[in-house]
Amino acid sequence: MIDISPSVMQFLLAFAVAAPLLGAAAALLPPPPGLKGKNPRQAVLRHGVTVTGAVLAAVLALAAGFDHDQPSRFQATTDISWIPALNVRIHLGVDGISLPLLVMTALLFFLCALYSYFKLPAGPSAKAFTALLLVLETGTLATFAVLDLMLFFLAFETVLIPMYFLIARWGGDRRQAAAWKFILYTLLGSVVMLLGLLLLGLHAGTFDMTALAADGGRGLTATTQLLAVLAIGAGLAVKTPMWPLHSWLPDAHTAAPTVGSVLLAGVLLKMGTYGFVRILLPATPDGMEAVAPYLGAFGAVGILYGSLACLWLARKGNKGDLKRLIAYSSVGHMGFVLLGIASMTPTGVNGALFANIAHGLITGLLFFLVGSLKERYNTADLDTLAGATGAALYGRAPRLGALLAFAAVASLGLPGLAGFWGEMLALFGAFDPAEGLSRPAFLTWTAMGAFGTLLTAAYLLVVVRRVCMGDPAAQPAGGPAALADVRGYEFAAWTPLVALTVLAGLWPALLLGLTDPAVQKLLAGGKA
Amino acid sequence: MTALHAATTTGGAATAGAATTAAEPAASLVQSIDWLAIAPVVVPAAVALLVLVADLFATERTKRLLGWLSVAGLAAATALLLPLRAGDRSTFCLTGDPGACSYTADHFTLAIQFLVLAGALVTALLSVTAVREARMPDGEYWFLLLSSAAGAALLPASRDLATLIVALEVASLPAFALVGMRRGDRLSSEAALKFFLSSVTATAVSLFGISLVYAATGSLHLEQVADRLDRVPAQLDTLAMAGVALTLVGFAFKTAAVPFHFWVPDTYVGAPLPIAGYLSVIGKAVGFTGLILVTVIAFPAYSDIWGPALAVLAALTMTFGNAAAVRQDPARAHSAVRLLAWSSVGQAGYLLVPIAAAAYSGRDEIGATVAYALMYAAANLGAFAVAALVARTRPLHRIADYRGLYAERPAAALALAFFLLCLAGLPPGIIGLFAKVAVFGSAVDAGLGWLAVVMAVNVVVALYYYLRWTALLFRAPEGAEAGAAGVRGRAPWPVTAAIAATAVVSVVLSGVPQAVLRFASGTLFPH
Repeated sequence: MIDISPSVMQFLLAFAVAAPLLGAAAALLPPPPGLKGKNPRQAVLRHGVTVTGAVLAAVLALAAGFDHDQPSRFQATTDISWIPALNVRIHLGVDGISLPLLVMTALLFFLCALYSYFKLPAGPSAKAFTALLLVLETGTLATFAVLDLMLFFLAFETVLIPMYFLIARWGGDRRQAAAWKFILYTLLGSVVMLLGLLLLGLHAGTFDMTALAADGGRGLTATTQLLAVLAIGAGLAVKTPMWPLHSWLPDAHTAAPTVGSVLLAGVLLKMGTYGFVRILLPATPDGMEAVAPYLGAFGAVGILYGSLACLWLARKGNKGDLKRLIAYSSVGHMGFVLLGIASMTPTGVNGALFANIAHGLITGLLFFLVGSLKERYNTADLDTLAGATGAALYGRAPRLGALLAFAAVASLGLPGLAGFWGEMLALFGAFDPAEGLSRPAFLTWTAMGAFGTLLTAAYLLVVVRRVCMGDPAAQPAGGPAALADVRGYEFAAWTPLVALTVLAGLWPALLLGLTDPAVQKLLAGGKA
Repeated sequence: MTALHAATTTGGAATAGAATTAAEPAASLVQSIDWLAIAPVVVPAAVALLVLVADLFATERTKRLLGWLSVAGLAAATALLLPLRAGDRSTFCLTGDPGACSYTADHFTLAIQFLVLAGALVTALLSVTAVREARMPDGEYWFLLLSSAAGAALLPASRDLATLIVALEVASLPAFALVGMRRGDRLSSEAALKFFLSSVTATAVSLFGISLVYAATGSLHLEQVADRLDRVPAQLDTLAMAGVALTLVGFAFKTAAVPFHFWVPDTYVGAPLPIAGYLSVIGKAVGFTGLILVTVIAFPAYSDIWGPALAVLAALTMTFGNAAAVRQDPARAHSAVRLLAWSSVGQAGYLLVPIAAAAYSGRDEIGATVAYALMYAAANLGAFAVAALVARTRPLHRIADYRGLYAERPAAALALAFFLLCLAGLPPGIIGLFAKVAVFGSAVDAGLGWLAVVMAVNVVVALYYYLRWTALLFRAPEGAEAGAAGVRGRAPWPVTAAIAATAVVSVVLSGVPQAVLRFASGTLFPH
């Protein structure tokens, strides 16, 4: 760690949250002289790269200045009164739980901006695209940085409009319907969540997450806690998404442009699970305890459902769309996260947080890869891609094939890569759940989850076989004659994700050292 | 005590102070008048008369100045609220009982007066071009608009039932005529008649109710009525209860609460567009202000009756309004105005929620209504202002006409998108979101969980149609119409000014929501 003065740390965090918003406004204005670039389109896309790059630099500096000896303490905190009438404060801060998410968010946005600089999806204007991307970044970073319930809700809602337009304007087939489904599902969930947040905040007398965590649910009746968990949990579960509230996700992913899918999977889904850990676990432990077995059950069913859906999509002749397949695999992966959280043990919650990050890196990479495949073949339909023998990427575009195989085995949880630790720890946590939770029930969920990992391995290997292997000579009808291998900008956008997947897999302590103390404190509630 | 009270209530007005001291021994019948306190009401009324007289002598050319005179009068009246901001004045007090005043300029009054006068100012700006282009009679139009504004400004200050009814009538009678202003338009006169008949019936019912309340309590002053309703003799209880119920009916009508809502869409469609905007904001403000005054000030003793009734009314109103709004076919003529009309019915439902909550947890809850109304006024008038601009080139008022507005008029499209998102309560319309949070908060606070859930569902339904409209603004214009974009006329500057003013207010409030939300905390009434 580098010694950075507290006021600079404060500024860095505030800058990371506010800069994209200012950048979005600036993107709509005409470029100043000297920054006009080759043409307006290039200028505004470069602006996007610059702003997200600056934000990434700020977040990395924040991570460097973060006191790793005290990850359970909130650092770089700002606490200003904003709307005294509603008791809403601009309260920002990072601890070991939110720091990795902030870094991953800033990184993914930078990579997406970089990727779009070279490969902008077909749509209206580059100006609007950049502005929406930056508003989206503000919303997501704010979600992970705020410590006030109302501000959390505001940040949670801020991502809706930009994501809606990214899907509806820059997306593929059936994008209108998919965008509507995305926004209506999330809205319905988040309005219910607002009621829960108000119930929690008004009964506890504060909207401040740190104060709520310190209270640990004392002063709230069991009914209030249960109602709050149900209402807030519903909103978060839609976002996560938890089976059976997931049905917006496959459509949204299939229709979204490549960067939209990457951000949706890599960042937006994490907002849901983060809310469970940050708000519900510490503030309403009793309510959580009552709901946890059901949450675990939904998580376990989600794991099985997601992987079965993927297996079905991966089979020959089922016209499976690769993007849809990865979306369903996300449902399964998020099932592990929910199972870990439901165990209410430090092991399980740490595993959930680890799986969050791993899923962001690996699924982000997978969507990048599939997006580039779709761009080369003009389709993500597995049957068309594979043709009679398989797409034979190993032979026709070896680097692309190797990366896809890498991402697939990382996703199935190969030990030594990031995907392994999170899911293993989540299963461990569920194997021995917290006191007061039904052991037999959780043993069942653990068994279901473990079986799910087998199914996950099965469908991902089927995908690798059908896409990477095959006869290079037998070209699919309508496909490109010569397949371009990984291009320079693609390498630039993907390498950091690959490197971090390996790093997190080989050195899990890097992440767990950050999250564990914070999780311990959080689960101990007011007792610590 | 009396002298002290007189000194505080009449402020620095030396003459008034002398009058009250003189009144002490031999109760004089002449009440003292604090002219500064009533200036925000007197100025528009005086300008209204001035305009009416000046119209007789004005030539065709100078008639145009009448509009600007009215705008100036409304601006002056708004500015005159500034010296009253301490909120400690009251006047027209009973000489025998200085505590019972007919006119009070407390913080509640000032907030609503600001809403009414500033809203009327924006309406006037929109009307300047509308009057000229639709060739409506200048003198009458401005006289009616100013009179209605004066009545609406008087209403929140009234603290006795007679003044309340007079203010209500002064505010609504000119509105009937304004709705029918579009000469030779069958729809316009039909709308006016519909509006008039239903409104007059409601007022008659209300007056009957007030007479019953007077019979039961022997007073018209709200505070005294509240006091005496507390201990109504048993044999008069039914009488008082009937009086309370009937009085409320009249005010529910003005807020366009279900089942008194049916006049709204036809009236809005038939009225000139600026008047439709005026009715949707000021007309509504008149209704819920009256409702607040009679419920939480005059009839708190019967809160166990009007509380549940208003809660049910709120739920019905928002559900009907939003259900009708969501069914508007974008391709039909007038669908934009109809959607705004029905959505304003839905919004009236939200405005009623804190009033209902006040029955359960104290009258300070109504602050959320005031805060929400201020947000709603800025956003809704802004939406009507953009509609007025769009109607210049596409007079059919169809929602489909807004397709591709961003390509044609980027600033207007962005402003309209912002207004709609404020009304929907979705970021970036932060003020709309937090105003809704305040309303939700009052419901949760009062234990009206079911109402909060009904409202939550309604918010999502409303989001759907607001967002559908917003999304349309940014679609590519249809091929045939793309050519028309080149010949867009210049926007008249009063309309531009109205859009800019409402947009600036909404954006600033989104950054500093405390500016209106402070009404939602703390108390608005002095006692």
